[in-house]
Amino acid sequence: MTSTSANDPLALIAELTHRCPLHCVYCSNPLALTQRTTELSTADWSRVFQEAAALGVLQADFTGGEPLTRPDILDLIRAARAAGLYVNLITSGMPLDESRLEALTQAGLDHFQLSFQGAREETAQEISGTKAHAQKLRVLEWLKHHRLAVTLNFVIHRRNLDQLPEMLALAESSSATRVEFAHVQYYGWAFANRDSLLPTREQLMQSVDFFKKSQERLTGKIRIEYVVPDYYAKYPKPCMGGWGRKLMLITPNGDALPCHAARVIPHLSFENVKDHSLQEIWESSEAFQKFRGESWMQDPCKTCDRRTQDFGGCRCQAFLLAADAAATDPVCSLAPQRPKVDAILATVAQASACAPTNISTESKPAWLYRSNPA
Amino acid sequence: MSIDLNAHPRLSPGCRMNEKTQQPRTLLMPERALRLHGPSLEIVERCDGKRSVQQIIAELQELYSKAEPTKVEQDILGYLALLQKERALDFEP
Repeated sequence: MTSTSANDPLALIAELTHRCPLHCVYCSNPLALTQRTTELSTADWSRVFQEAAALGVLQADFTGGEPLTRPDILDLIRAARAAGLYVNLITSGMPLDESRLEALTQAGLDHFQLSFQGAREETAQEISGTKAHAQKLRVLEWLKHHRLAVTLNFVIHRRNLDQLPEMLALAESSSATRVEFAHVQYYGWAFANRDSLLPTREQLMQSVDFFKKSQERLTGKIRIEYVVPDYYAKYPKPCMGGWGRKLMLITPNGDALPCHAARVIPHLSFENVKDHSLQEIWESSEAFQKFRGESWMQDPCKTCDRRTQDFGGCRCQAFLLAADAAATDPVCSLAPQRPKVDAILATVAQASACAPTNISTESKPAWLYRSNPA
Repeated sequence: MSIDLNAHPRLSPGCRMNEKTQQPRTLLMPERALRLHGPSLEIVERCDGKRSVQQIIAELQELYSKAEPTKVEQDILGYLALLQKERALDFEP
């Protein structure tokens, strides 16, 4: 294999645990979750943060599962700050009370990102399989009393797209300076539930129109970011900013992955931070080298002008939809496998044409809920 | 959106510089980072909630005395507007 030199990674995604009080039907965790007994210790993570900072990483994203289920969360925040990293907490807001929130702030947390499953209790409960919405509203109130950056993250899809104005109103009544409207991306549990989540093209266009108008209205007050479902895109997303270019994900047991979903790619093995330094893994492990640069590309990517912008799209999606991880991302309009994506979208359009137009009266799908690790 | 010359810009919660010992100096923000050097660093270091926009302009006009003062002012206002759009600044009265 041609060795391709590595840039400095910018962010470390730390999946601290796969335990979670929620069971979201679109969870990005893999279907095979990491067991609690194999989770990295506080000392292991602290060393990883030091090595990450030395490698040039600026930010640590604490995620999971639910990072607040780690009893050592305060020590982990302190350790990441001591290493010189900026600390993001990506959380469902539970388990949390006001004094623990104060302690998180004191420990040096920089940014609190609270996820929502909808603007209404009943939708949130259907999607997360848990009663968590009222707790999230309490957390929003507590956050008003802390000097902490707050982002609200709404994961959106066909079942809650009709609630966008309510979602934004919730954000405007909070202390959030950022809102993310993230259309579901189809990996992990979301891939399993895809046919119940994918919006129609018309619904998507309406949502984008709403985001753009809201961005304009709220400039300087709230920064609005949105992610569209790439099945509808003309060109693929530059997934993870390019394979092994900017981001590194560490699973709860210490495996280093180029992205959340990389385990779906067959015959790809991952090094563990207990056996190798982060620098060795980043610069020379097979997993990070595999799709770094351009030498792995096939036609049409290989000669495409866009290859330096989108890096051929997403490797995991190429495998999931085209059974070849080195294929052009099938969502690309230039991809030989694009007809597969069009067929999926046609099914969505057809189902929607037969179904009632009011989302909330649509019958509840047979969801596959995310489970919990042993 | 125009910038009020009498307002006191201050980095928003969750927006901070990395440590003085870390190079290059970088403004860290939720989900993003801006590398700062020269004038951009001089501007951000003065967004402390104590100096007004007018004061920041005066200080930088002195610091960059060889540059055209109106050009310095325009550059500063442009940069503050960019940071405001990034939602990195609070403007206090």
